Amino acid sequence: MSKAADGYLYTESHEWVKPLDDKTVLVGITDYAQAQLGTVVFVDLPEAGKQLKMHEELGAVESVKAASDIYSPVSGKVLEVNEDLVGEPEKINNDPYEAWLVKVELDDKSELQKLLSKADYEKISK
Amino acid sequence: MAESKKTTLYDYHVAKGAKMEDFAGFMMPIVYTSIPEEHKAVREKAGMFDVSHMGEVRVKGKDALAYVDHVFANEITSKDNGKVVYGMMLYENGTIVDDLLVYKVSDTECFLVVNASNTGKDYAWLVANTGNYDVTVENVSDEYSQIALQGPEAEEYMKKIFGLDLSDLAFYTFGNFSILGHEVLLSRTGYTGEDGFEIYGDHIAVLEIWNALDHAGIVPCGLGARDTLRFEASLPLYGHEISDKITPLEAGLKMFVALDKTDFIGKKALDEQMEKGLTRRVVGLELKEMGIPRQGYPVYQDAEEIGYITTGYLSITLNKPIAMVMLKTEYAKKGTEVSVEIRKRMVPAFVRDKKFLQKNYKK
Repeated sequence: MSKAADGYLYTESHEWVKPLDDKTVLVGITDYAQAQLGTVVFVDLPEAGKQLKMHEELGAVESVKAASDIYSPVSGKVLEVNEDLVGEPEKINNDPYEAWLVKVELDDKSELQKLLSKADYEKISK
Repeated sequence: MAESKKTTLYDYHVAKGAKMEDFAGFMMPIVYTSIPEEHKAVREKAGMFDVSHMGEVRVKGKDALAYVDHVFANEITSKDNGKVVYGMMLYENGTIVDDLLVYKVSDTECFLVVNASNTGKDYAWLVANTGNYDVTVENVSDEYSQIALQGPEAEEYMKKIFGLDLSDLAFYTFGNFSILGHEVLLSRTGYTGEDGFEIYGDHIAVLEIWNALDHAGIVPCGLGARDTLRFEASLPLYGHEISDKITPLEAGLKMFVALDKTDFIGKKALDEQMEKGLTRRVVGLELKEMGIPRQGYPVYQDAEEIGYITTGYLSITLNKPIAMVMLKTEYAKKGTEVSVEIRKRMVPAFVRDKKFLQKNYKK
C-alpha cells in the first residue's frame, strides 16, 4: 500500500512538493509513483540554474522497464539538484519522500495553492 | 477483448504480491520484488519462471520430420531423437512467422514450443501448410504448464530437491523424467544465457514441482527479469529483433537457418537476399554517456537516420547502457560512431558485437 506523507503538497501526476521556507521547495515523486515504476535505475535531472515552468517537463525517472517524465509542479529556478541520486537512484524506491530531485526557488508562491493536499492526493492514489 | 487466462500458478503469483499484467492473453507476473534482484539471482545462483503461457504444438505421423523440415528453416531430420533445435518458421518472403524450439521425439513425432503471443497464428500456419504430408498437427497448449529453472546452480538444485541427476543431460537435449511421481518432459534449454532447464508437465505436476522449488528457496522471477536476462545474452524476442517484417539474415540469425537444405518455406527469398546482400542488420550498440536506449528510439549519424533500437537497457550485469539495434548495413561495422536520440537528446554511441556477456551454458 502506497503512502502519502504529512507536510507535503501533491500533483495529479504524482510529484510532491515540500515547502522549506517562504520561497524554496523540494520536488520529488510519490511513493505511489515509485511503486508503479519499479526499481529506479536512472534519473535525468536539469542543470542548476534552469528556469522551470509549472506543468512543463522537469526531467525523467527511469526504471528498468520504462522512462517516466516528471513535470514541474511549480515555476521557478533550479537552485540545486540531488547529486546523491546519480550514484544511488534506488533511493527513490527506498525513501521517496526523502529522495528529492531538485530544490526550486519559487517564482510565485501562490502556485502552491493549486497543488493537492495530502487528503486529496490519497483519493487519487489508492 | 476476452478475459485474460490464468496459469496454474496464478494464485501463487498473487499471494507473493507480484505485479501482474496481461501478456499475450495471460495474466503473468512481471516482477515479484525487483527486476535487478531477480535478474541477479539467475546470474549468480538460480531463479524460476512460470512460462506456462508458451504454446505447444504436437506433430505426429509418417511424414512428421519431412513436414517439420518444410515449415522450419533449421534442420531436424538428421538430428538424433532427444535433440532440441532452435529455429524459425518463415513466410515465403523470408520474414519470420515465429521463432520456436523443435523437440525431436521420434522419427514420427516432434514437439514444437512457440511464443505465447503467436500460438494461434502459428497453429493456423502449421495447419495451412500440411499439404500432402501424412501428419496430424495438434495445438496442445492447454494441456501443459511450464516452468523454467535457470542459473548456474540449477543442476545442483534439481539433484538436491528431487534427487534427479541431470549431469549427463547435454545442452539442447531432453528426456522424459519422473519428478515427485509425475511424468514430465525436461530439457536443458532456456532463455537467460545461463545453464538451466525447462520442464513441461500437466498442471498438477507443474504446481507441485513449483511449490517444491519454492520451499527450497528458489527465487521466483517475473517476465521483467526474463527480458533483461535474454537481452544481455543477445537472444532475440519476437516483435523486437525478429518479426514478420524482418528476415533471419537481417536479424543476424543465419546460423539457425539450414540454407543447405533443398527446400523450406522462405528459402528462395533468403537465397535471393544472400545473393543481393543485406541492406540492414541487427548489431550491438554501446552508449558512451548515460541514458537508456529503449525500443524504437531512432539512431543517427550526423543528420541521417540510420536505424532504430530493437531492445535496450541499462544492463543489470554490466551496469552500462547497451542495446540491440537495426542499422543500415553501411553503418553496421564495429566501432562506427553514431548517436541515439533519447528524449530529445543526442547521446553518442558506437557499434559493437552483441556478445554483451559470456554465455554460461553447460555444453
